[in-house]
Amino acid sequence: MQYLFTGMAMALIGGFLAYVFRMQLGFPNQHVPGFGLVTPGKYNALVTMHGSIMIFWVAMPILIAAFGNFLIPLMIGADDMAFPRINRLSYQIFLLSALVLLASFLVKGGAFGGAWTSYPPLSAKGAYNLTPIGASLWLVAVALEFVAFLLGGINFTVTTMNSRAPGMKMYDIPMVIWMIVLASIIFMASAGPLIAGAVMLLFDQTMATGFYDPNRGGDPLLWEHLFWFFGHPEVYVVLLPAMGIVAEILAVFARKKLFGYKTMLYTAWATGVLSFVVWAHHQFVAGIDPRMANIFSVTTLLISIPIAEMVFLYIATLYGGSIRLKTPMLWALAFIAEFLIGGVTGIFLGASGTDIYLHDTYFVIAHFHYTFVPIAIISVFAGITFWYPKMFGRMLNDTLGKIHFWGTVIAFNVIFIPLFITGAAGDQRRVYSYSQFQEQMVPALRHLRTTSTVALLVMLSFQVFFLINFFWSLRHGERAVANPWKSTTLEWTVPSPPPHGNFAELPTVYRGAYEYGLPGRDTDYWPQDAPN
Amino acid sequence: MSTAAAKPIANTRSATGIPSAKLITWWVIASEIVIFGGLLVIYIMHRLGHPEWGAEAAHTNTLAGALNTFVLLTSSLCAVLAHKAADAHDGPRAAKLLRFTALGGLIFLCIKGFEWTTDIHEGFVLSSGGFWSYYYTIAGLHGLHVLAGMIIMLIVAADAAKNQELQRVECIGLYWHFVDIVWIFLFPLLYIAR
Repeated sequence: MQYLFTGMAMALIGGFLAYVFRMQLGFPNQHVPGFGLVTPGKYNALVTMHGSIMIFWVAMPILIAAFGNFLIPLMIGADDMAFPRINRLSYQIFLLSALVLLASFLVKGGAFGGAWTSYPPLSAKGAYNLTPIGASLWLVAVALEFVAFLLGGINFTVTTMNSRAPGMKMYDIPMVIWMIVLASIIFMASAGPLIAGAVMLLFDQTMATGFYDPNRGGDPLLWEHLFWFFGHPEVYVVLLPAMGIVAEILAVFARKKLFGYKTMLYTAWATGVLSFVVWAHHQFVAGIDPRMANIFSVTTLLISIPIAEMVFLYIATLYGGSIRLKTPMLWALAFIAEFLIGGVTGIFLGASGTDIYLHDTYFVIAHFHYTFVPIAIISVFAGITFWYPKMFGRMLNDTLGKIHFWGTVIAFNVIFIPLFITGAAGDQRRVYSYSQFQEQMVPALRHLRTTSTVALLVMLSFQVFFLINFFWSLRHGERAVANPWKSTTLEWTVPSPPPHGNFAELPTVYRGAYEYGLPGRDTDYWPQDAPN
Repeated sequence: MSTAAAKPIANTRSATGIPSAKLITWWVIASEIVIFGGLLVIYIMHRLGHPEWGAEAAHTNTLAGALNTFVLLTSSLCAVLAHKAADAHDGPRAAKLLRFTALGGLIFLCIKGFEWTTDIHEGFVLSSGGFWSYYYTIAGLHGLHVLAGMIIMLIVAADAAKNQELQRVECIGLYWHFVDIVWIFLFPLLYIAR
């Protein structure tokens, strides 16, 4: 819960930053209401902080930590995590990291402006990035955040391995739990070198070492390797829990067994393994050996296979089901559709030839927003609307939920489809005003940028419906019964919200998590803990 | 310190057959391997690209490094004996052996401090060049692990002396062996290799 509210607060800040810099891009060099004039330096800080906050302080805490902490003990039939105090420590470190990051807005020079990827030499020298204190605070915040998630992730993994209810075998674990655990393991295996690398960068900034300085025996490319060796698995760290949430919702609202449970699990493992050998596709124009570029093109295209397979399994789950279009289901379906666009446009960028043309343009920005928005926004809304009754004991309003859904999803597409076009037409990213570039200021491109900005305003304003729905329903929503969606998994066997210790009597598990639509039974679902 | 009654049932279950405390220790060690592994791989790659670093590595005090290797390995022996004592439910003996282990860590850090003081007096500091940056960063990170291990070990020993939480003796021992093994990699890579 603490993670959820911290993450939501950070999402509002991240959204506000996006509003400011999109206003600058749509209506260059004008006063932005609520912020003021955007100078080039401020613009850099805005985009850097938007990226960092949305990935490290929104996607990860909500998808992994908030859902993991709430769902793991409930869904595996335990009274708590295996190590509750490590859990609390993890949250405290996380909160500290968020405060350090936000404090960097207030220091001299302002928040870090060297992009969320923090490439040296730009990030290593205050004379280049002009935000020397902000740069160091950013690194400290990221390192603390990593430590928090290492602790949390290890706890998740051990809890799921050891604390399951009697009778719950490996293949009886609900998919979302598997995915959170897999994500924790991938995170653990990829973050270490970057933690070391972050300390090295901090030394470069503050103690005059030369780890990333070629004049002194260092190598700036090293940071890129370390960053993306973590950074690309990180995509899957947040993607897998999102896919798990969607899998749960699809099965419940299609009233059908999840198609290919084991296949989905194996493909998730395959994705995890492959995600460690694709990182250099971020560096095709960074001066790496072209033969390496070929190898990484191949691995990058390979990783689309397991992901595509998971999407096929989702569609197969839907096929022949009796589908109920409640709000969570709408979000889950939107996830499949939107993530598909993100995946397909990734093929262009994974092939090193086309990437050389499209690299660092708005095409890239549009592509990764088509992956990250489904992950961090759409699936999170799916999860919140689905588990809200269990979390707070009240139902959300379905009509308000649907208004919010359509407003958000349509506006989201109107923001980013134009950016594919401006990117292909040569709009480079990290440019604070295109008015200096006459060939990019033709009316067609200007109008597309304005469209995108207006759509962002629409999308942000529709979030008001969500906030009203969320906080109004906390007090005035219809009281939720224990199992409002008629689901099979263990969290729905306890009262809403769950009491301290979760279960009055700890359950025993008799079957897998997705027994829906069974002929010859009174109900169309068969809970995991029902003996017969 | 929490007592057994306050622990959640989740903590006492063991679906894998491995106690949760031991399992989490192994996962912590796994994540540490990735941190040290990454750092060492970076160092080795850069070292191969800079043969001239060999001359700088010649300035390190190999004798002190060798002595430290001996001290750390001996302290690990005490950790093993402490585990054996804990298995025999002899808490006070385990605590005594753990304190010996921590003493080994203290001697290690003292020798290290002497070594670094000499290095710094000779003018080799963190920013003196590629080799020295890696030397201080990697060995410094390892030293922090030794220090952290000592502190945890003394806490575990305080409990063990009262015959409480004896399962922790093995866990801190595992961690100590890991710190030991990291040093086995660091010593040749930082001191001996020319």
